[in-house]
Amino acid sequence: MPAITFIHADGKIERVETGEGESAMQAATRHGLDGILAECGGNAMCATCHVYVDESWLARLPAIADVEDALLDGTATERLPNSRLSCQIAITPALDGLVLRLPERQV
Amino acid sequence: MTVPNSPVIGPSAVPHLDVDPFAMSFFADPYPTHEKLREAGPVVYLDKWNVYGVARYAEVHAVLNDPATFCSSRGVGLSDFKKETPWRPPSLILEADPPAHTRTRAVLSKVLSPTVMKQVRDRFAAAAEARVDALLDKRSFDAITDLAEAYPLSIFPDALGLKAEGREHLIPYASVVFNAFGPPNQLRQEAIERSAPHQAYVAEQCQRENLAPGGFGACIHARVDDGEITATEAPLLVRSLLSAGLDTTVNGIGAAVYCLARFPDQWQRLREDLSLARGAFEEAVRFESPVQTFFRTTTREVELSGAKIGEGEKVLMFLAAANRDPRRWDKPDSYDITRRTSGHVGFGSGIHMCVGQLVARLEGEVMLMALARRIAKIEITGEPKRRFNNTLRGLDSLPVTITPA
Ligand code: HEM
Ligand code: FES
Repeated sequence: MPAITFIHADGKIERVETGEGESAMQAATRHGLDGILAECGGNAMCATCHVYVDESWLARLPAIADVEDALLDGTATERLPNSRLSCQIAITPALDGLVLRLPERQV
Repeated sequence: MTVPNSPVIGPSAVPHLDVDPFAMSFFADPYPTHEKLREAGPVVYLDKWNVYGVARYAEVHAVLNDPATFCSSRGVGLSDFKKETPWRPPSLILEADPPAHTRTRAVLSKVLSPTVMKQVRDRFAAAAEARVDALLDKRSFDAITDLAEAYPLSIFPDALGLKAEGREHLIPYASVVFNAFGPPNQLRQEAIERSAPHQAYVAEQCQRENLAPGGFGACIHARVDDGEITATEAPLLVRSLLSAGLDTTVNGIGAAVYCLARFPDQWQRLREDLSLARGAFEEAVRFESPVQTFFRTTTREVELSGAKIGEGEKVLMFLAAANRDPRRWDKPDSYDITRRTSGHVGFGSGIHMCVGQLVARLEGEVMLMALARRIAKIEITGEPKRRFNNTLRGLDSLPVTITPA
């Protein structure tokens, strides 16, 4: 199974194994990772699963849909060009090794 | 009882239960029945109302996330809109399926987006502080009337842009709406019989000229100018906020206060770390599930966890039972404000998941934060009284005394 790496705002690094068909958000919450709230449970309605994607991976992610784009305007910390909602990143074998940075807060 | 590989389609293949989840005795204490429903099987049949039921987390989640099979356009109450005339014109969002739902949903999502929440946050927080001022003056009060109702009433109608007159119709109207999802029992019949003045008030307030500029209502009407919705659709979408936006949060905040008053260790924890306020509210929504149930109607024959259900059948989803399913939750019957609540179905799940969830969380968070910052102790000083409704769970009165911090 592909594994992904989360880098917390304080620099702490956590690597999590993803499960079949999981999103990055689901893998994170299943491992009890702090820093991703996911209040809407992955329904693209809350913007509390915000991550900054490591630049080298950005182009390999699926495109941002309109709903995600609108939600990203409302994230608790500043939206940057590499901002994504982790519930909208489905993990595929091609994303093995993906690096995501966590914002300081989600609300 | 369930027969393995049974070719039987329909009710005979699933466990039948002789319970009425809309009876007063059930509302008084639903938990033993919830357990019975969960343990009987993944899908059950309720003879009392001739409906299927799902009470385990996995099946409730599955039904919510398959709107093509389990539709909403035939009503999310017991009444099947294909067979009976709805008591009011159907909702354009709650009682709609894609693609119609997709368009109206996009409008309300924008009106109630995280960006908009940032704009109203300070106002909502200031009103919560003002409410606590008033409560500290009183010391002893009814936590339902003076807190759970008074706070949302002090902000939500204004946020919508409603006129000052007639607001006393809002909670009674919502009570009718949520009773009407139930079966034709006394609660539903009496609610509908008395609904005319409340309906008239609501219909009037949904008109563009009656909504103050800048409010959620006016923002919905503004979408008519962009051509996203028609001028006849806008008032009905405003109606959705009037129906679903007030009484739900009254019961949500009521649930949170009732939990924190009952479990002083959790109150203490919250006082020590105010950043837990949002989680404390969310956990109360899981724990009490202010919205207890919704129905769907099958659009085709379908197999759900081994049960074959025919077309046109009503399926009752026990959100509250799913939120306490031990298959999904660790210590489901304890109220724990540090719990990871992500995935609970108190706001639903999938395409119809509560479009006002951010409003609800904001109200809950700022209210609990204001309370915990300035109050040391909340004591229940009298017998809490339950309010009975076919869909909503909450109290009618909760006498408390507070000690200032
Ligand atoms: C604690 C408070 C609340 C709870 C527990 C709650 C619960 C729910 C649930 C369970 C649903 C799903 C219905 C379904 O799947 O058929 C829903 C939908 C909805 N809620 Fe809420 N709600 C709350 C607050 C609000 C607020 C504050 C608003 C408006 C500002 C609102 C407006 C709506 C609307 C319009 C829908 C229909 C969405 C759709 O069908 O796409 N709710 N709510
Ligand atoms: S979990 Fe809510 S938007 Fe991703």
